[in-house]
Amino acid sequence: MCGIFGVMDKGRQMMDGSGIREALSMMNERGSGEGAGYVAYGIYPDYRDCYALHILFDNACESKAVVDATLEQWGTIEHDEAIPTYDQPNLRVNSTPWRYFFKPDPSLAAPGSESPEKDVIANLVMQINASAKGAKIVSSGKNVGVFKASGWPEDVANYYRIEDYEGYIWLAHNRYATSNPELWDRPDPFNLHDWSVVENGKITSYGTNRHYVESFGYTCSMSTDSEVIAYMLDLLVRRHGLDINLAIRAFAPPYWEDIDQMPEAEQKLNRALRFAYGSATMNGPFTVLAANPEMMVGFTDRGKLRPMVVGECGDRLYIASEEVAIRAMEPKVESITRPAAGEPVIGRVAQ
Amino acid sequence: MAKQVVIDAKGMHYTPLNQQIRKAIEDGADEIVINNVLGQRFIGDGLRGNATIRVNGVAGGDLAMFMSGPTVIVHGNAEHAPGNTMDSGKVVIHGSAGDAVAHSMRGGKVFVRGDIGYRGGIHMKQYEAQRPVLVVGGSAQTFLGEYMAGGLLIVLDLNGKMKAHEIGSGIHGGEIIIRGDVDDANLASGAKKVPLTEEDRRRIAPVLREFAADFGLEPEPLVNADYTRIVPASARPFAGKYTWE
Repeated sequence: MCGIFGVMDKGRQMMDGSGIREALSMMNERGSGEGAGYVAYGIYPDYRDCYALHILFDNACESKAVVDATLEQWGTIEHDEAIPTYDQPNLRVNSTPWRYFFKPDPSLAAPGSESPEKDVIANLVMQINASAKGAKIVSSGKNVGVFKASGWPEDVANYYRIEDYEGYIWLAHNRYATSNPELWDRPDPFNLHDWSVVENGKITSYGTNRHYVESFGYTCSMSTDSEVIAYMLDLLVRRHGLDINLAIRAFAPPYWEDIDQMPEAEQKLNRALRFAYGSATMNGPFTVLAANPEMMVGFTDRGKLRPMVVGECGDRLYIASEEVAIRAMEPKVESITRPAAGEPVIGRVAQ
Repeated sequence: MAKQVVIDAKGMHYTPLNQQIRKAIEDGADEIVINNVLGQRFIGDGLRGNATIRVNGVAGGDLAMFMSGPTVIVHGNAEHAPGNTMDSGKVVIHGSAGDAVAHSMRGGKVFVRGDIGYRGGIHMKQYEAQRPVLVVGGSAQTFLGEYMAGGLLIVLDLNGKMKAHEIGSGIHGGEIIIRGDVDDANLASGAKKVPLTEEDRRRIAPVLREFAADFGLEPEPLVNADYTRIVPASARPFAGKYTWE
């Protein structure tokens, strides 16, 4: 199960988190109370030039010193503070959320990199998350932040007072835990600098996909689908330079029988994609919602084993597991559609 | 005199809502009007009798599951699986519905004026006099009639947007009737097209007239339209797939 919800404003109008909280809680039946999370783009305008690192510490005293030292090795900490939280009766706190506003030193990236700052950030995230020193970086992008914990969506939203944040793209996730411990870092969203991902489903190709991204230097340390998907998006879109449409087609390609029916040029392209990215193909039931600072995208598995509903209203694009989540936030929604499997929905922010 | 009960479901969880519906039926209501419905699940589930329930808003998942007798009329859309394992009675949806409409339905009727999602009519069944009917006014999506074991499934495709393929995947009973022609490439293996005979047309005419009456459509163009009838190619489509005899 799981419930996912995403909204973007193409005109970059800000939305505070209260409507998102409302929308996600409409789908409580899709979760099990063991995890929920939110991510928003545009929340840190005062530090828009810094990478905002959201970190969950098991123990803020011991783990923080190690993280501080690592960060200072890789760049400059402009500011850091505890993320404000508000105790909730039904939420057992076992992590301390912290945020750093950090400027990486691009000269420390491997030579020849086209995006040295992001390479440094990616290395940092892999290093700290894999070292198991009681610290997990849960988001690492500019002007973006992930807020997540083990609990019901409202409790997690209230714990972080999600209504105090304003963003132009929001993704939210209500977790139905099936195979992972109730750690605070495990619920979606997962983020790696630009990209954030929430998923409803279970990719049965997890092992293949994980080995594939790990062969490019990523380290998967949270045993979760969305972590792999976030890294695959970064790999295909940023490092390989694929257009988002092609990247999604690599993840959820048409069946061979369908490719056989295409015009020749299309056939060639699709065959090439399937050969080049066979190990990035995702199997199993899933609906994936992903965002970066410029866009929000949604797509489902080829057999359409999970729901995806799309709503539009003015500049707002909504994608959710259920129509009612959209209507809860936008009662006057102008159109509701249910795209076919393999038809990605891509909304772009006006430039 | 007919007894009507009105319930305002605004902001209400589905548990108290369904308790109120049951209470109203126990107290002898003939008609229950539920206003401001927004995704409450399980409305009408397991209900017996012959009351009419009017849902104003978007009905949540598993509407009328296991229902036996009542009529549910939705003025709006429905989420996944309305008519799930329904036994008898009728569901009329004026909007569209999500995936797995009429999932495992055993009897009664589900009428949807708009479109339905994937896997409509999945594993509908029939037994003796129990013969479920699903009629869709708009289009249906892929895996229509998947593992269908019985019953009648009609898609009218009134907007001409039908793009379903893998129709009748694993069908081993019942029939799927689609207005217009269906390309062979869109049939799943195990399903086959047969002509709609005049006898078939006489058989489905009352269902089409009832559908047209419920939604204020002209009945005769529907009754006289061209249809493709899809039936199982065999009663055991996977006989050789998992076992060897």
